[in-house]
Amino acid sequence: MLKTTPFHTRTAPLVQGQAWRRWAGYSVASAYELVHDREYAAVRNSAALFDVSPLHKYLISGPDAARLLDRMVTRDVTRCKVGQVMYTPWCDVHGKIIDDGTISRLAPDRFRLTSAEPNLRWLSMNGAGMNVAIEEMSERLGALALQGPLSRAILSQVSPADLAALKYFRLVDTTIRDIPVTISRTGYTGDLGYEIWIPAEQAVPVWDALVEAGSPYGIAPAGIWALDMARIEAGLVMLDVDYHSSHHALIEAQKSSPLELGLDWTVGWDKGPYNGRRALRAERARGPEWRFVGLSIDWVSLESRYAAVGLPPQIPTVAWRVSTPVYRHTRQIGYASSGSWSPLLKQYLALAHLRAPHFEPGTEVGIEVTVEHQRLQARARVTPLPFFDPERKKS
Amino acid sequence: MKLYDAIIVGGGHNGLVNAGYLARAGKKVLVLERRPLVGGAAVTEEIFPGFKFSVFSYVVSLLRPEIIRDLELPRHGLQILPLESTVVPLDNGDYLGSWADPDLTRRELARHSARDAEAATLFGRLMHHMAMAVKPILGMLPPDPASLAPSDLKGMLKFAGHFRSLGAEKFHALHKLMTMSSADYLDEWFEFDPLKATKSASGIIGTFLGPRSPGTAYVLLHHYMGEIDGAFRAWGFQKGGTGAISETIARAARALGAEIRTDATVEKVIVKGGRAAGVALASGEEIGATVVVSCLDPRRTFTQLVDPKEMPLDVIEAISRFKFRGSSGKVNLALSELPDFTCLPGYGPHLRGAVSISPSLDYLERAYDDAKYGDFSKNPYMDIVIPSMIDPGMAPPGKHVMSCFVQYAPYNQIGGWTDANREAFGDAVVNTLSRYAPNIKRAIIGRQVLVPSDIERITGLTEGNIFAGELALHQLFFFRPVPGWANYRTPVKGYWQCGAGTHPGGGIMGASGRLAALEILKDVGQ
Amino acid sequence: MSATPDAVIIGGGVNSLVAAACLAKAGQKVLLLERSPAVGGQCRLAEFAPGFRADPLGQDAGWLPPAVARELGLAGVTRVVPDPTVVVPSGEGEWLPLPRNAARAAEQIRRYSTRDAAAWPAFTTLLARFAGLLESLYVLPAPDIDTTSLGELFPLLGVARKLRGLGRKDMIEFLRTVPMSVQEFLDDRFEFGPLKAAVGAVGVTNIRQGPRSGGTAFVLLHQLVGAEGGAIRGRGYWEAGPDALAKAVAMVAERHGVIVRTGAEVARITVKDDSVAGVVLESGEEIAAATVLSGADPARTLLRMVDPVWLDPEFLLAVRNIRFRGNAARVLYALDGLPDFPGLTGTPGALAGTLTLSSSLDDIERSADDAKYGRASERPHVELQLPSVRWPGMAPQGKHVLMAQATSAPYRLRAGAWTAALRDALGNRVTAAIAKVAPGFPDLVRHCEVLTPVEIEERYGLTEGAPSQGEMTLDQILFMRPVAGASRHATPVSGLYLCGAGTHPGSGISGGPGWLAARRVLRDRRERRGATV
Repeated sequence: MLKTTPFHTRTAPLVQGQAWRRWAGYSVASAYELVHDREYAAVRNSAALFDVSPLHKYLISGPDAARLLDRMVTRDVTRCKVGQVMYTPWCDVHGKIIDDGTISRLAPDRFRLTSAEPNLRWLSMNGAGMNVAIEEMSERLGALALQGPLSRAILSQVSPADLAALKYFRLVDTTIRDIPVTISRTGYTGDLGYEIWIPAEQAVPVWDALVEAGSPYGIAPAGIWALDMARIEAGLVMLDVDYHSSHHALIEAQKSSPLELGLDWTVGWDKGPYNGRRALRAERARGPEWRFVGLSIDWVSLESRYAAVGLPPQIPTVAWRVSTPVYRHTRQIGYASSGSWSPLLKQYLALAHLRAPHFEPGTEVGIEVTVEHQRLQARARVTPLPFFDPERKKS
Repeated sequence: MKLYDAIIVGGGHNGLVNAGYLARAGKKVLVLERRPLVGGAAVTEEIFPGFKFSVFSYVVSLLRPEIIRDLELPRHGLQILPLESTVVPLDNGDYLGSWADPDLTRRELARHSARDAEAATLFGRLMHHMAMAVKPILGMLPPDPASLAPSDLKGMLKFAGHFRSLGAEKFHALHKLMTMSSADYLDEWFEFDPLKATKSASGIIGTFLGPRSPGTAYVLLHHYMGEIDGAFRAWGFQKGGTGAISETIARAARALGAEIRTDATVEKVIVKGGRAAGVALASGEEIGATVVVSCLDPRRTFTQLVDPKEMPLDVIEAISRFKFRGSSGKVNLALSELPDFTCLPGYGPHLRGAVSISPSLDYLERAYDDAKYGDFSKNPYMDIVIPSMIDPGMAPPGKHVMSCFVQYAPYNQIGGWTDANREAFGDAVVNTLSRYAPNIKRAIIGRQVLVPSDIERITGLTEGNIFAGELALHQLFFFRPVPGWANYRTPVKGYWQCGAGTHPGGGIMGASGRLAALEILKDVGQ
Repeated sequence: MSATPDAVIIGGGVNSLVAAACLAKAGQKVLLLERSPAVGGQCRLAEFAPGFRADPLGQDAGWLPPAVARELGLAGVTRVVPDPTVVVPSGEGEWLPLPRNAARAAEQIRRYSTRDAAAWPAFTTLLARFAGLLESLYVLPAPDIDTTSLGELFPLLGVARKLRGLGRKDMIEFLRTVPMSVQEFLDDRFEFGPLKAAVGAVGVTNIRQGPRSGGTAFVLLHQLVGAEGGAIRGRGYWEAGPDALAKAVAMVAERHGVIVRTGAEVARITVKDDSVAGVVLESGEEIAAATVLSGADPARTLLRMVDPVWLDPEFLLAVRNIRFRGNAARVLYALDGLPDFPGLTGTPGALAGTLTLSSSLDDIERSADDAKYGRASERPHVELQLPSVRWPGMAPQGKHVLMAQATSAPYRLRAGAWTAALRDALGNRVTAAIAKVAPGFPDLVRHCEVLTPVEIEERYGLTEGAPSQGEMTLDQILFMRPVAGASRHATPVSGLYLCGAGTHPGSGISGGPGWLAARRVLRDRRERRGATV
């Protein structure tokens, strides 16, 4: 059997179509309802409740905790204030990304790191010779993401914390129905939202409290399909979908640098030494060979491809993750790694890796579409990310 | 005198593969096997009424996919059933399992060490790279490193070029793998001792070395070789036992026109004017052939099948130094009931996989220490499978057969392999087993104990070495079996070798038989 | 020191001194920092009892590459090869001596085996040729797979020619021998146990393995580099004293302007922006330098002196994985007189050589077995040297010094730390072993000191008490020394170099690593200058 999350007793009965998937060795819901439209809509309209417990979580503490993280990740951790959260990738010595996640400074010498892949070994390798303790918290903490415009209103019903004062990428230690939790204003949807970190054994009452308080606001438990659509609109990269960990890549070409993924803003150019610094500086000097960009697929062009065989456009109902060639005229200049119809923007979106110099916003490209077993191209335009960036996210 | 294009001496799987390829090229081929059945060390025999055993070699490991395709083996009965798990009973009553599903395996490992679970993934990736690096060498014709002949120089350049093409990082990793002990190598990756022990066990199989002896690390690769061949999960059971593989290859060879005679002991290879002319059987019969191929081990091939005076002295001397040193035994048990393991009581999926008795590195090393000084291991390493769980036809309904591969049992046992010593060895195996599965003594209704001298007597493998010569660094590639004669030829024209004692050798791989056939065809013309 | 030095050298062992002298000779301003009160490193003399001195880590003079001797004018430092070089108990109170000369050694062997005697001269010739091949490899930067510069390929061709020059048979034999165990290597050729034990013991020098382990045949060849005519333990000792070479190199270094500071222990190597900035002493004193060479072992240098944030975690892991494995204790005896070895009375000169006490390879193997399980051997393999016989000044008139090397005595004991009681017990076992061949020995002992690898680590700053600075196993030599891809003395921190025995060509090659490191520094300097011009 796969592992189940601390919320399993609550989530399992809700999964109407038995649509489960694997995430880091856990069973999680792809969708709760038979059609996941409402789950997605909740993210942008009310509030969606995601069980994100399979994330890997580590507690790093001790006098050298900041030094360890600062030498490991590309962001300048020394600037991370207590109560602040930082999103950051981390690289190998060649400046290629191993993983990405968030760092929360819980106390001057205590941090929590979340990641997509296990990182215990990498953390201990980076901390060798330092005065620091690394604790695996993955199974000891349940995690929920409450995402959507009404998420603050719902949370305020159950928690005494002053959420209005909680700024974007900040956290607060508080309670929900007297259960100690940490609430951070973070998420993977690009919307107003919070993530809640709960001791695993008290996870269920917190779920119950949120569902109960959220019902009047239209809270909806939501699965990975809805999350995937939202994160594509938000232009957020996903490990193993949009890029591969340099630790797992089988060949050089499968690796990516932060610059290639458009994460330049996460690289501390003036900070102290960290893994990959030399390589990243050199890459910046010569300019990255690839760029991770948004593609907006031209609907008229797509429609005409289908119309030619007498069909209306056929678009997958869930986000896709199949590598899809992108062309400039007849020459392939890159590939899209994921894509989705955006019900909100009414656009067909894709996230793509394009070679220099074809990644400037506004560049017209062609993306492969298979129309009735035939490979054709539809017009698309390089678009700045995120596709969707509501003011409420940070306000 | 009947004249063949080629006579293959010995019906082991390599000989049969060789015959298959030669017959496929239109040659008139005869295989001569001393025993009543083909297969050599890959035979299935009914040792006790109703109980069938893969007597010696018991799992299919790296049977080359190109052989399967070229000889159309599935059409002739090849059917490999999956062997998905390995369970190691630990001394504290717990176990360490490895299952078909990577998530389950990672989680099981994380139960013992979260760091190791993570390292295992990265280790697997490195092994994948190393297997990719080694694979082309397995298919290369070993050149003579000391020769200045253009073909050998070209071969050496190809060999060197291959390493160069790996790049420094992979080359260095491969160098470590080739020169280190499996214990030291695994120490760099893992902390959980039973995991290191179990992984390193694959490095000691068939060698007279302990897990802490340098030169045992590279065999770790074997477990990863299958996957890159596109034969995912290549480890498994042949339906009907390993003998059925031999019969499958024999059927394929016959279908291609090869003739196979059993109960035909070859006494000598007839050499006329420095050229092989045929063979003389023990019966007195003589059979002529343009090419004679020996599938026997190097000592028999070079010094027993032909008059030693036909061979140059330095070759004889080199062969005398070639290490066989059989170190493993086999205990085949007929069981009235399934073993009940204390760590995983009752019936379960672990009974369909391997059970490895390798609770710690020290345990394996101590087993080696016993053998080093001439005695069989009192607490031996064992690789156990229950073939009847996967192929019920191997035993009467409800009953089972259990195969225990055991190390170490030195060929030169102190006091010799007397019946008493053989039984004492069998008892050591059963006693060890009963510590982990207490019902085993009750369950045993038949016991066959095979020690290196038995393996030698029955299969003809010198000193009972299951790989027809130790797989040590100085006995691989152009050293296998003798530098200058690693290209399947011998100093006697028309006399060839194709057994596991040639490159790449070892396991039911068939590669030696195939590569030898391709060389023969190059020489004699298609 | 008035001005900033061009280069700071950490440590005052032979390799550091050679590096310092070579750099100074090339016009560099060099400052050498040694933690102890005197230079000399492993061959430093220690007074362990009033009037009694020894070089506890002394084994032999090693091989001084002629190129190094030429460059630094060391021709005047002469060596003595004892005759016999080694003796081994051969049963029934007798000893088998192995004289320097192969023919005479064969005569001795003939007493026990005519077959072995017949094989001996050809065997030593073969060893000498194999060792000669290693010699040619040891004066070049370690050849690596990505060696591309033509300048480096050319000398390598010389090595290849030398390999071919061995002739077909020997060349194959060389390739076959290197990965073998010394036991297999000897079993193929000899039958007399004590002879095999005397030779095989050399194959386990400074490693934790026993003679049945792969790669020990290589260790034998390595230890024979520089041995005249392939004589076992034929490298001898320095005539003027164990530290004669170190003293001579120190003189050359100072003549070229090297400033030597003793009692100056380096605590940290400072790094700025991926480049070395200087060193900080234990006293807190800071010394700026753009080039730092460390003769300390790679783990000590890279794990203890450099802030880990400057080094790739994968690289650090590789450094942590270097196997040092100090496995031999030294027992120093101050004696009231020369011990009487009854079996050796007819063998003049034997006491100037090495006395190796194990008469069978199995005995040596069993002593190595103990190390595998983290135990000090109950019956250690013991080798003896008498420094006061070689150099009379080492002990007061009429008195003597005996040094025993006892294997296995692993740095890490599984049962816990080394205690005084364990140390004494080991000393007693060694004393008992010596008493077996020299019955009156215990009565002569006036003072005895046991140095386990733990004390060796402390005194000499050698990780895990390993004089090799990393076992000379096949995965830790040539391009793998100290770690893969870093065999050319440079480290990932630019300006920081390693010059100790932990780098190619390794331990026992006196000054070889230091000389190659200095050449590397000078080449880098030339290239940088070339780049700025």
